[in-house]
Amino acid sequence: MEHITFLVAVVIITALAFDFTNGFHDTANAMATSIATGALKPKVAVAIAAVLNFAGAFLSVKVATTISGGLVNEKAGLQPSIIFAALVGAILWNLLTWLKGLPSSSSHALYGGLIGATVVGVGLHGVNFSTVVSKILIPAVASPIIAGVASWGATKLAYLITRGAPKEGTEKGFRRGQVFSSSLISLAHGTNDAQKTMGIITLTLISAGALHKGDGPPVWVIVSAGLAIALGTYMGGWRIIRSMGSGLADIKPPQGFSSETAAATVILTSSHMGYGLSTTQVCSGGIMGAGLGGPSGKLRWGMVRRMAYTWGLTLPAAAVVSGLAALVADRGDWGVALVGLALVLGAGAMWLISRRQPVHADNVTAADAAPVTVELPAPAAPTTLAA
Amino acid sequence: MNIKWAALAETAGVSLFVTLAVVAVFALGNLALSRREAAVAAGTGRGVPALVAAGVCFAACAAVVLYGISLIAAK
Repeated sequence: MEHITFLVAVVIITALAFDFTNGFHDTANAMATSIATGALKPKVAVAIAAVLNFAGAFLSVKVATTISGGLVNEKAGLQPSIIFAALVGAILWNLLTWLKGLPSSSSHALYGGLIGATVVGVGLHGVNFSTVVSKILIPAVASPIIAGVASWGATKLAYLITRGAPKEGTEKGFRRGQVFSSSLISLAHGTNDAQKTMGIITLTLISAGALHKGDGPPVWVIVSAGLAIALGTYMGGWRIIRSMGSGLADIKPPQGFSSETAAATVILTSSHMGYGLSTTQVCSGGIMGAGLGGPSGKLRWGMVRRMAYTWGLTLPAAAVVSGLAALVADRGDWGVALVGLALVLGAGAMWLISRRQPVHADNVTAADAAPVTVELPAPAAPTTLAA
Repeated sequence: MNIKWAALAETAGVSLFVTLAVVAVFALGNLALSRREAAVAAGTGRGVPALVAAGVCFAACAAVVLYGISLIAAK
């Protein structure tokens, strides 16, 4: 039992750490455009997002009984060491993309981690590849396009309808609307993503015999998962907020409102229809649509390209890291400890690198700020192309 | 492999329609509100009809948001 207890404790802590990175990685989804248009002050925005993420964790009564949605064969061997390895890969990828200021899907990182760790720990038969295609790959391609088209159309409509009215008045109205649309995204995010962590911890406790099969998450699990995501959200992934809010396009209030409404609608509709999609990709797609549909119709294609590459890389990259982690963690307690140490060192190193070029609440909307480019060859000026 | 194209198309269609409807109605409410402000400023009236129209538009948007929250909570 000693062995299980150590591993279970490590998995729970790592799951909460992942939840935390999930929070600060995804603050941008709901709040980037509201901050960019001045609808909300940066610190107020992250505070609202944090509270709503916390509230969202309690909103749904549906227990997260499956963490992978059938991607991996959970009965075949979803051991705590595999879950641990999956979390390590997901956390490291989340931190790396945050360092580069790129919005990438925390869900895809987690799924990729699970797939990679399962392939190494259990074998290829442990992964349901057809579910991977129908539940992840197709929605991943379709959802940002749908959100983008909806947001593009909505932006055109918004400008068309209010074209006769004085701009100051209608912009004020759209800014107020943004407060609601971005709040709705935050709430939906808390419900979806905090549930994933609760599911991981609950399943781990069940596999360790601390809970009975079919038990729901205990209250302390719900509270700690909600707190971890809220705390992460409040930290504000400022680098990503900057990329999404001003790196893709110059967003004005009608565009911000349109893109947030499109994103909230796509997220709610598809989770109602049973698609587990990436909030991040939907929100980015919405912003791209709003940029193209706006008065200037301009989009910074360089940033679009970098985001698209990151989306494609997220799943395989997290899978590779988690696969390696699973290889080591499977050796026993010392392996788990070694992987844990690697995680702490890697996270610490990335945090140190981030201090060289800090982005925070006070400079997140700075007009002259180029998109964050750590270690990447920075273009002299953002490549702006007419659509 | 079973890909439900119909469900995917339905999701896309509903999302598109709801987004356009909400943004259009909100924009109309916004327009009505600015008409009222213009009327008040010009002294040509108190702009009551415009205010009522704006109220109806925003109430419709609020109803959609509440429905959205109920969808999250009911899962």
